[in-house]
Amino acid sequence: MAEVLVVTSGKGGVGKTTSTAALGAALAQTGQSVVVIDFDVGLRNLDLVMGAERRVVYDLINVVQGDANLNQALIKDKRVESLSLLPASQTRDKDALTAEGVERVINELKGRFDWIICDSPAGIERGAYFAMRHADLAVIVTNPEVSSVRDSDRIIGLLDSKTEKAERGETMEKLLLLTRYDPVRAERGDMLKVDDILEILSIPLLGIIPESPEVLKASNLGSPVTLANPLSAPARAYLDAARRLRGETIEMTVPSEKKRLFGNLFGRRAA
Amino acid sequence: MSVLKFFTRRTSAPAARERLQLLLAHERAVFGRTDLVAQLKDEILAVIAKHIAIDPEKVRIKTDTRDTLATLEVDIEIRTPNGGLKLAG
Repeated sequence: MAEVLVVTSGKGGVGKTTSTAALGAALAQTGQSVVVIDFDVGLRNLDLVMGAERRVVYDLINVVQGDANLNQALIKDKRVESLSLLPASQTRDKDALTAEGVERVINELKGRFDWIICDSPAGIERGAYFAMRHADLAVIVTNPEVSSVRDSDRIIGLLDSKTEKAERGETMEKLLLLTRYDPVRAERGDMLKVDDILEILSIPLLGIIPESPEVLKASNLGSPVTLANPLSAPARAYLDAARRLRGETIEMTVPSEKKRLFGNLFGRRAA
Repeated sequence: MSVLKFFTRRTSAPAARERLQLLLAHERAVFGRTDLVAQLKDEILAVIAKHIAIDPEKVRIKTDTRDTLATLEVDIEIRTPNGGLKLAG
């Protein structure tokens, strides 16, 4: 049975799209079939981060409105065979989404994939609501920063009241993905620590993604960081998180870059 | 930076933590209110229904929050054999 996962945060710019691409690719790298869906209608970016921007013909809105079928709209990743993308529309606005249409698309995808990962837009409006609506579990992307933590708390409240699962009286599983974390600054006392955030939000931890230039390099290249540089610190953190999603128990660490003096001197390539 | 300032350097993370805890305690009370009320209503009704038959239509629940004071008002009509005795609490 397919697992429907929403990647959400409330606040913009914390790494939802980056994390959707990285987790989607990481799960696909373990052999699972994965579709990532961009719900940010009008401001799509998952296609760009995944390097598929020139391959978009049909999108989620076309499928929701019955103008195209899933086979026409799904874009298969060229690097990982079991990874697909369902892009958002860039020209329409979020009002083009309908509750029935989204439900039909999700149900159809359930028959085809192991994981359906919904990349939520920022904010708490229509698009965000549709992205979380059918989820079985939620990954809440949070930066160690007050406004991000506050917005995450608000989103947790909505996940517990506005989703199908909540309306059935069930509890939505919510996992924290802490991004842009800097252990040195946290240790120095100038950044909220992992434990502070866990205590405030009181949800379990899925992973800690360290602040790293590799994330920007990967998006420059249009590749999820787990594919662009699988040995980098953020990629290892995402790969561990993906294995935790599959139920494996993996020790929680903040991966760091291995310093390779000669490798860095001679092996450097501009991204 | 003076020597004294160096030794008494205050870090900013504890302030972030305290501010968030205060703020979220308040915001949870505001935004979480509808759900809390629904839950209270269900649980209160379940307790009463154990002893007497009640008509869910005849139940009114109201909450109010003013500054530091929050009130929950539950108004339930209970049908009795000798006419409509009304219980308010």
